[in-house]
Amino acid sequence: MHRFANPARFLRLSRAIQPWILAVTVPCLLAGLYLGLVESPIDYQQKDTVRIMYVHVPAAWMAMFGYSSLAIASAIGLIWKHPLADLAGKAAAPIGAGFTIIALATGSLWGKPTWGTWWVWDARLTSVVVLLFLYLGYMALWNAFEQPQRAARAASILALVGIVNLPIIKFSVDWWNTLHQPASISRIGTPAIDPAMLRPLLLMGVAYLGLFLLLLLLRMRVELAERRVMALQLARSRDGEPS
Amino acid sequence: MKPKTRRLYVVLLALLALGTAAALVLNAFEDNLVFFYSPTDLKAKNVPPGQAIRIGGLVEEGSLVKDGLNSHFKITDGAQTVAVAYTGNLPDLFREGQGIVTFGRLDAGGTFQAEEVLAKHDENYMPPEVADALKAAGQWMPERK
Repeated sequence: MHRFANPARFLRLSRAIQPWILAVTVPCLLAGLYLGLVESPIDYQQKDTVRIMYVHVPAAWMAMFGYSSLAIASAIGLIWKHPLADLAGKAAAPIGAGFTIIALATGSLWGKPTWGTWWVWDARLTSVVVLLFLYLGYMALWNAFEQPQRAARAASILALVGIVNLPIIKFSVDWWNTLHQPASISRIGTPAIDPAMLRPLLLMGVAYLGLFLLLLLLRMRVELAERRVMALQLARSRDGEPS
Repeated sequence: MKPKTRRLYVVLLALLALGTAAALVLNAFEDNLVFFYSPTDLKAKNVPPGQAIRIGGLVEEGSLVKDGLNSHFKITDGAQTVAVAYTGNLPDLFREGQGIVTFGRLDAGGTFQAEEVLAKHDENYMPPEVADALKAAGQWMPERK
């Protein structure tokens, strides 16, 4: 029964907080999109191309945040055998992969007019492609096993091994010469982004985070419902009734 | 020791080993991980003529000579300078003082024959008015690498 107690509490909790996340996400998304795509000034050298930043940078943040969540959930699942942790990892992977694809695609669209190329194999871009493959590998491992416990174990180990890629993505632009520019926001000292551009960027960051959490909760609830259906079907067929 | 605690230590130890291994590998392959060399690296490594390589730096002020599609310019990292020849369209952001990365080979005369020129964007984003105000105040690009 202990196994069922936690998911029940999770379902109640997630139902309670979902409206609140929605209430923050929607206004931030609308305000961020309006400020970013319409209201904010053009850049002195990129002109309107700078607006891609407002969808690209938060997507890249969420790609990394998603993987961090995945790795933490995997560690909890492996060490403490928490049933919800495996579920959270399984639910988070496709969302993180989606944000990674958004970051790669918008970055490519920005690179063509700015750098003069759609793609280069520099350390930042390559490490983000590796991140996408880690997500895909994690999802593939979940589907490669019949037993969910074994699948969770294998996928979690891959997720933990992939952690080494996170600092590589973050610091690639500082450790090695890359075509991709270094971070602007975390820079100490003079701000590298004008306040009029920083505002929509941060709003979009909050909106993307809210979107990530919403999708994560929804997917986890779907997973739980699916398991319940399977358990019920199993119980019915055991009782000898036609299923 | 409880199985839980044992698993915790196993995971932590494995991560530590993995991190160390990754750091050693990345350190060993540093030369292959950089996307481009600076003009100083180019001199220091004695890159032979004809070897395909990427170099990056700032386009030296006053060095750009354009003749149709043919352009000649110098790129510098402040210490060393390399002369570059390129035939083709330069990227929109290309101008003197701009950071660029170029792919090509050194010829026998020491000129870099570029096959591709990419503009490097820095981490500064601002409206044109702010850029003009900074230039007027003499505060322009204080910390460019």
